[in-house]
Amino acid sequence: MTSERRVPSRADVVVIGAGIVGNSVVHHLAELGWRRIVQLDQGPLPDPGGSTGHASNFIFPVDHSREITALTVDSMRQYEKLGTLTTCGGIEIARGPERAEELRRRLASATAWGVPAELVGPGRVAELVPFVDPGIILGGFWTPSVAVVDPLQAGALMREQATAQGALTVAAGVQVTDLRTRRGRMSAVCTDAGEIETDTVVIACGVWSPRIARLAGARIPLTPVVHQMIDVGPIPALAETGTEIAYPIIRDMDALMYERQSGPDLEIGSYAHRPILHEPDEIPSIEAAALSPTQLPFTQEDFDPQLEDALALFGSILDTPGAGIRHAINGLLSLTPDGAPVLGETPEVAGLWSAAAVWIKEGPGVGRMLAEWMTGGDPEIDPHGADIARFYPHQRTPAHVRARATEGFNKIYGIVHPREQWTSARPQRVSPFHARERALGAEFFETGGWERPQWYESNRALLDEFGDRIPGREHEWDARWWSPVIDAEHLALRERVAMIDLSAFAQFDVSGPGALDYLQHLAMAQVDRPVGRLCYTPLLTPGGGFRSDLTLVRLGEDSFRVITGGADGARDRFWFTRHLPADGSVSFADVTSAVCTLGLWGPRARDVLSACCADEAGDLTNEAFPFGTARRITVGTVPVLALRVSYVGDLGWELHAPFEQGLRLWDTVAEAGAPFGIVPAGIGVYGTTGRLEKGYRLMGAELDAEYDPVEAGLALPRVKSAEFVGKRPYLAARETGPAATLCTLTLGAPAEHADESGIPRYPQGGEPILTGDGERIADRKGRGSFVTSAGSAPSLGSYLLMAYLPPEHAVEGTRLQVEYMARRYPVTVARVGRTPLFDPDDTRMRS
Amino acid sequence: MLLTVVEDREPTPEVCALARSLDPVVEAVAYGADPGPRELARWGVTAVHRIRHELLDAYAPEGYGEALAQLVARLRPSGVLAAATEHGTEILAHAAARAGLPLATDCVSVTGGDPWRLVRSRGGGMLLEEAELAAPVKLVTVAPAAAVPAAGPPHAVGECAVAEFVPELEPRHVRARVVERAARTEGTGLATASVVVSGGRGVGSAEGYAVLEELAGLLGGAVGCSRVATGNGWRPHRDQVGLTGTRIAPEVYLACGISGATQHWVGCMDARTIIAVNTDPDAAMVARADYAVIGDLHEVLPAMVAEIRARRSVHSGPVVSEERG
Amino acid sequence: MEVLVCVKRVPAAGARVPLTGDGRDIDTRHLGFTIGPHEECAVEEAVRLVAAHGGRVTVLAVGPAECAEQVRYALAMGADRGVLVDAGRSDPDPEATAGAITQAVRTLTGGEEPFDLLLFGDCSADAGHHQVGIRVATGLGLPIVSGVKALEVAGDGLRMRREAGDGVEVYRVPLPAAAAVREGLNLPRYPSLPGRLRARKAELRTVAVEPEPGGLRTVRLRQPADDRAAVVVLGHGAAAAPAVVDVLDELGVV
Repeated sequence: MTSERRVPSRADVVVIGAGIVGNSVVHHLAELGWRRIVQLDQGPLPDPGGSTGHASNFIFPVDHSREITALTVDSMRQYEKLGTLTTCGGIEIARGPERAEELRRRLASATAWGVPAELVGPGRVAELVPFVDPGIILGGFWTPSVAVVDPLQAGALMREQATAQGALTVAAGVQVTDLRTRRGRMSAVCTDAGEIETDTVVIACGVWSPRIARLAGARIPLTPVVHQMIDVGPIPALAETGTEIAYPIIRDMDALMYERQSGPDLEIGSYAHRPILHEPDEIPSIEAAALSPTQLPFTQEDFDPQLEDALALFGSILDTPGAGIRHAINGLLSLTPDGAPVLGETPEVAGLWSAAAVWIKEGPGVGRMLAEWMTGGDPEIDPHGADIARFYPHQRTPAHVRARATEGFNKIYGIVHPREQWTSARPQRVSPFHARERALGAEFFETGGWERPQWYESNRALLDEFGDRIPGREHEWDARWWSPVIDAEHLALRERVAMIDLSAFAQFDVSGPGALDYLQHLAMAQVDRPVGRLCYTPLLTPGGGFRSDLTLVRLGEDSFRVITGGADGARDRFWFTRHLPADGSVSFADVTSAVCTLGLWGPRARDVLSACCADEAGDLTNEAFPFGTARRITVGTVPVLALRVSYVGDLGWELHAPFEQGLRLWDTVAEAGAPFGIVPAGIGVYGTTGRLEKGYRLMGAELDAEYDPVEAGLALPRVKSAEFVGKRPYLAARETGPAATLCTLTLGAPAEHADESGIPRYPQGGEPILTGDGERIADRKGRGSFVTSAGSAPSLGSYLLMAYLPPEHAVEGTRLQVEYMARRYPVTVARVGRTPLFDPDDTRMRS
Repeated sequence: MLLTVVEDREPTPEVCALARSLDPVVEAVAYGADPGPRELARWGVTAVHRIRHELLDAYAPEGYGEALAQLVARLRPSGVLAAATEHGTEILAHAAARAGLPLATDCVSVTGGDPWRLVRSRGGGMLLEEAELAAPVKLVTVAPAAAVPAAGPPHAVGECAVAEFVPELEPRHVRARVVERAARTEGTGLATASVVVSGGRGVGSAEGYAVLEELAGLLGGAVGCSRVATGNGWRPHRDQVGLTGTRIAPEVYLACGISGATQHWVGCMDARTIIAVNTDPDAAMVARADYAVIGDLHEVLPAMVAEIRARRSVHSGPVVSEERG
Repeated sequence: MEVLVCVKRVPAAGARVPLTGDGRDIDTRHLGFTIGPHEECAVEEAVRLVAAHGGRVTVLAVGPAECAEQVRYALAMGADRGVLVDAGRSDPDPEATAGAITQAVRTLTGGEEPFDLLLFGDCSADAGHHQVGIRVATGLGLPIVSGVKALEVAGDGLRMRREAGDGVEVYRVPLPAAAAVREGLNLPRYPSLPGRLRARKAELRTVAVEPEPGGLRTVRLRQPADDRAAVVVLGHGAAAAPAVVDVLDELGVV
């Protein structure tokens, strides 16, 4: 294979970057039939000077994220196939009890995602890695498949294969000077070696990605951040093994460090130091850098505090006479606002793809995912957690990226609770009710930048009323970022009435002569309904999985309101705008910032709304305003679009009002509701307890691209005749039947799920479901069964888990087990499919 | 009047020429033996001050410096120039320290006036420093690469005047003195070889130098190395080419697996022809070389050895048969 | 044996030395700092001498507070005490630097054991003035040998060897003395982890001095012109061997 500085004048796709990601992308594009691929890099080959060249190159497959684990496992398969993987095993060790608990949680993730691993005692750790001091550790999480890889070699082989296929031209030492667009789409890549006409570009430039994307007017939200590494040697005990790596890698999680053998040296890396962020614009040029642009001068004082931890654990070899710090760098890696990669087509520019913020362990998997995505629109692994379109505009600003990367840096090896909230760069987006909510002692959780009350401390008094029906959570981990007040608010809603701030909804107005056809094309359900009717519908991917689920309101013949969750609003907006017809027959307006939403639900909801809705449209009887319809009403003085719908399964409305009158709406409803005992309720009720009792599915939890509507129990009785995205696979899924079915399971009596100390434990989601014999459950597609959502069901007096189960286990009454913190608790399949456990006939909601 | 320091009886042409461009009257100072007045006169030196003292029989940096300081105090020259050699620099530094004068070392150009404006070579030539030197007597050492102003016609052939100068010295001025002197034994092969085959990080190990040794042997050259190789213990320091090792100027310099940090480059940049062998086409060494081969030295060098052997055997074939015939 | 080693904080550059826009300084935004190769050998030698003969190694740097990084590096290599000399100016000229060290040494030895040996690098890795050690030794009345590449204790003095011109010179000096050493004197060790930990906790003594400025003033720095012709690539891998041998043949060295 040769590389040159001349570039072709045309290409089907230009991949910028020849690190592990760019190399994997060109390889998989070629495999999928792409030709005329041009790959550029500013640096020389095989090591162009980016983060791939100085990475520590080891892979621990287990992550709490299913998507990341899947990408990692796929990457390991690819590295192995290329002969660039050496299995050495790895142990994550715990020095303190909190970490020991975290390792137990890791074991659950390992089982859920199907990676063999086990918990081991200090003695076993010392057997595996004889120079570790077992006296200072409580135990370890042993993953035999942990490996080191050679990403430079793997990348070279991938380029070679693509070149041999006649698909690839590589040009090294070429600077990209501009990215040209025409009508919002890529048109050319300008370089110092000539211009390349192309409509598709992939930015796989690691820490330089934001700089390159900006040339096209797109933003890739990541920041270069320093990760410190030192090499200590020569150490005779390591040298005499005669190999690069003979001992398992140690991740000293409590010290936020890792230690691995590298020939005669021990390499120590740290995520413990202060976050050291760099500006993409200030990365030195290849010429100006002493080592390479991404290997910056070591700042000793930042590393010093870690030395003691390293010596305590590895004193027996680090203290060897003659062993010194032979190499030390501040390596740059990419960090994003939420720590996940940034993949997919940029919202700003069609045909401009991002493949950035990817670790060595995910590189080849990301290459495959992106190539599939670019080719068929639908990767095998669901990409939503890494989709670049997930970011709202404020989340793509440098200030936000810096704030979250700073806060997120020490989470890399940290113990992160699944409900843990970010503290920096808040508040960003607040509803008009915010001042009232604060006064009520709201505990705010953040979604898509929105501040949403999770519960209200002002409702603590409800515990006097409902406390006997609310089991406490004795274990700190289970109770973290949670309050029994949530359950109390739930019961107050079920018995009286509650108001819930839903202003975080993303809302779009779609109108014009082509609006109906356009929505028909995207929605699985029949959109062509009478004006004033609501329609809940999944949107499918081309492969028939879930892209989104949302509510459509037909406001007029040619006009619709789209209401979708705040968490997915940015991705949904991307999906809608990218599918707009070019003929201008549909106009799209994002009205999220114009509309606030207050939910009003509970048996007294009609009484409350009637009390403040005195005008001619005030007939709120079930006959006049039935379930599943929308009407414009006036609440006090506030014009409101009221939707008779519910995600918590009770009588009531979503009240959509002009944003600036939101506070008036809140006060009107609160005042009118006071005689009926109205309470504000948080998202804890809306998103978890109320939803789970009704068996409602949540995008990103139960619903993603890897599951189809038949499996989720959301298949409709009839398939509409109109064509829509994902129809063919949807029809096929209806034919073949589900490989797994979404089920609701219940934990037993508290004693049945109590740990060794007798404390009842509550799974939080992500845990594996096992057979009664403790066997891992996987369906015929190889997907393991795990808890997609978990939460209490106060009205049912139980604790619910949702999970997809293969047909043989998806039988109501079946006894299975859930593994939580390395213990197994019995669970019962209480419901198969979508029929709610609470109020199965929906009489409350429809009354 | 400007003084130049003469070492080892030989005047340094650059120093004399530079001195004449700065002051119409140039005199010399010499230690011990015959100062070569005839030779000096050819370079425009009108008088030579010969320092004599029994304590200065052997080279003693402090004593040499003290003597010069005393001479300067007596003569009040506008400046003193010396070649930037070990002794030249050292003597001027001692004199400067004793006389309380500034000293500018490694100058490549000097412009007169007050202050003198000069250009210093830093780090063996990796940077140039423009500086100003203000002093009643300006002390400067002149780098070998100095840009010498075009000298006027040499002064009349003849001999310059010789004046004896006996400084006042005490034993404490010669506490550091040469007690033994020997010819250099190590590093000279490297310094004088016409071909140097040099290896850096890319060689990978001490054993990896075997092929460099073999190639150097075939070419009648010496093996050199970079600072990385010395630091890793692969080669002794005497093989190190570079600013802090040996600075060389061979006919051919073959840089194998050497990235070309400035520290190394300034040690080899005076080679007439530089050939780089490196896997990295963008390595600084490749960019600065005259010729380059992109590839692993462990593949390229054995192939070169084989090629040279093959050519020689073809070449020597007929010779052998002629002898037989 | 009480040994003082003087080190300087200098930028660690790669293939090019980047300069600030105004040319007044080296652009150190992307560069780390280090002590020069000669000085590393000086520290190593001092540590070895003290290991063999007892005593203490004191390491000293003149400059801003950031010099602590270099002093601690030397401590991590095995030096015992660190001293920062605050001369109140960012980059003093060689006379001022020497003045600062001389004053600092007088302060350090006032009422304490005098130093038996002062070690310097032959010249600093950045400015390379070749004179600070000599000026300090002169100021303190000590004999000094520069360019030293071998050093051993002989009787109550030192025997030192250095290269000069075509020859090798051997010196004997009585203690106390000074030496400016060159790389090659020894192979310096890398700092060990325990050494580094010790260095981190070590208290550095700061000595404030007010040296007189000297007569040499830096105006600006510039890159030398690079007038070498563009490289001719003879080929890739082993296949290029005949072409290289052709070139060697033309140059007449085969």
